[in-house]
Amino acid sequence: MHHLRKLPKDVWGGALMVAIGGGVVLQTELNYPIGTLQRMGPGYIPLVLGMILIATGLYIAGKAFVTGPGRAVLQARPPQWRAWALISLGIAGFVAAADYLGLVPAAFAVVFIAALGDRGNSWSSAALLALGIVVVAVVVFWWGLQVQLPLLRSPLP
Amino acid sequence: MTGKALSDLWFGFGVALEPQNLMWSFFGVLIGNLIGVLPGMGALSAISILLPLTYTLHPVPAVLMLAGIYYGSQYGGAIGAILLNLPSHPPHAITCLDGYPMTRQGRGGTALGITMIASLFAASVGIIVMIFASPLLVQIAFKFGPTEIFSIMLLGLLAGATMSRGSPAKGIAMTTFGLLLGVVGTDVNSGARRFTFGFEQLSDRIELVALAMGLFGVADFLINVNRLDVVGHKVKVRLRDMRPSLAELKQAFMPMVRGTMIGTLFGALPGTGPTITTFVAYAVETKLAKDPKRFGHGALEGVASPEAASHSKTQVDFIPTMTLGIPGDAVMALLLGALMIQGLQPGPQLISQHADVFWGLIASFWIGNVLLFLLNVPLIGIWVQLLRVPYRFMYPAALFFISIGVYSTNDSLFEVGEVLVFGIVGAILMALEFPIATILLGYILGPLVEENFRRALLLSRGDLRIFVERPISAVFIGGCVLLVTLQIVFVLTRSRRQSIDALEHASAPSVAPD
Repeated sequence: MHHLRKLPKDVWGGALMVAIGGGVVLQTELNYPIGTLQRMGPGYIPLVLGMILIATGLYIAGKAFVTGPGRAVLQARPPQWRAWALISLGIAGFVAAADYLGLVPAAFAVVFIAALGDRGNSWSSAALLALGIVVVAVVVFWWGLQVQLPLLRSPLP
Repeated sequence: MTGKALSDLWFGFGVALEPQNLMWSFFGVLIGNLIGVLPGMGALSAISILLPLTYTLHPVPAVLMLAGIYYGSQYGGAIGAILLNLPSHPPHAITCLDGYPMTRQGRGGTALGITMIASLFAASVGIIVMIFASPLLVQIAFKFGPTEIFSIMLLGLLAGATMSRGSPAKGIAMTTFGLLLGVVGTDVNSGARRFTFGFEQLSDRIELVALAMGLFGVADFLINVNRLDVVGHKVKVRLRDMRPSLAELKQAFMPMVRGTMIGTLFGALPGTGPTITTFVAYAVETKLAKDPKRFGHGALEGVASPEAASHSKTQVDFIPTMTLGIPGDAVMALLLGALMIQGLQPGPQLISQHADVFWGLIASFWIGNVLLFLLNVPLIGIWVQLLRVPYRFMYPAALFFISIGVYSTNDSLFEVGEVLVFGIVGAILMALEFPIATILLGYILGPLVEENFRRALLLSRGDLRIFVERPISAVFIGGCVLLVTLQIVFVLTRSRRQSIDALEHASAPSVAPD
């Protein structure tokens, strides 16, 4: 697997476009009528777009494969798995908490969890920031803008 | 003609100066400026985050506020670029080249002052062009049928994809991807649900706000977290530093005029991104300078011209967006979406049917730009403080505003989930160096392109030649062919030199265009 990492970025980028385009074409062929040029079905345009995407993807990947990594050797930056996971989890936490518990826990959850993703934040600074945002949420969004979300709700129906 | 335009403008000032409208315009400028100053936040994120706030407003104040956010954040971005070498909005990358060296020489205040004057001047010229050009364009636009609309949209999309930034092929891929995102939902002609994957919530299109906030908010945070450390050594800008001397004004005047002209020209071409505009303005200055070596080491011209270009382009960009319903770039696409949410269909009828919106908007540009000018003189100290808000506090707070903003759009938590998905998709695409702003352009135009293409071919009984047989449409198709030919010529002649690309990635002040 190791040699795969040496492939230029654009080979991956092109391959991703081919994959998306391929998925679109497949989905269209299976599910939507194509029709004719005069009377196009719902599948016509997606089919054309999918094929354009495959073609550009092949071009991007092919060009990068031939010319190699070239000039654009960007400094490798270490992946931030922890931060990425926590930011994603923060938004997911907002959705879950808003659905079952209400605005206050939701606001706290998204800020607190996402803030922990930055190395510079401690548990207490993240909690403090989250509490500050909760105040903003209640005053500005719940009271001022009347967002339709109860402050607290019981998780049980 | 002139008399009519002036009386319309007078009417517009009446609308824009109504207390309520003025208040929202001021609010938009202020908040836009504030968000634009914050590290890592550009016009796109500012508008997407604040879009939900406008839902409860009337169309006029809503549009005035959004426009205010746009040029406010643009100005705020210049502050970050000049004082911290931090281009939060790609067009400002050029401003960094000479603005930041000026700051290091202790002339940051002057650079900001010149930026302000240049923006106000350029915006004024842009507004005048808009006043006189829009009615003319409207007359032409009334002759447009589905064939012409499709052709001009194709030209706009192609120009946006190939001329904005980075590799043209990647631009085309992203535009196509955006068009495909626009397809998701119920097909108007057949009622078929396309690419909804069983989600009931997707049958009514992907939510614009969710897409924009995912791509321009969450994706940015994912890319920048733990990597963007705003250290900004102690910059002190006092009011008195901001007043340029007479000699400096003289030095900046011609570059300012040239930048304004370039911006106006590019604003009139659909699809040319703001980045290419500032790049061209900068390149022209280096070519004209007696001593090009000064550029990159704090040349005043290198700040004045690109900033003027980006501001006049901003104004002129509104012309095709409002009169044809065809946005020039991603920000305009977002504003177009906002107009549609308000129930206004941009197009030639807009000026006659919603004269208050159109002329009020034009007048508010002037008022807003003057407000911006006045606002920044006393507040510059506060903006400098804001520049030092640590990223670790800013992004979690912004994530909350994004979540609650998207939720309040339709009271839908599903759409908050969409934000997460598009955030991750956007981050992956950015990491692979795809220009994601064009996705939005494709998404907004997608349904319009499809509808007009289908109608045009229904009328011509499936004969594709209709696009070149009708004269107006043929001109646009000719433009497309020209664009593609130029690209092919570039690819064939370019000897491993990608100057635009190099400039795009350059935040180091040492890089100058060749």
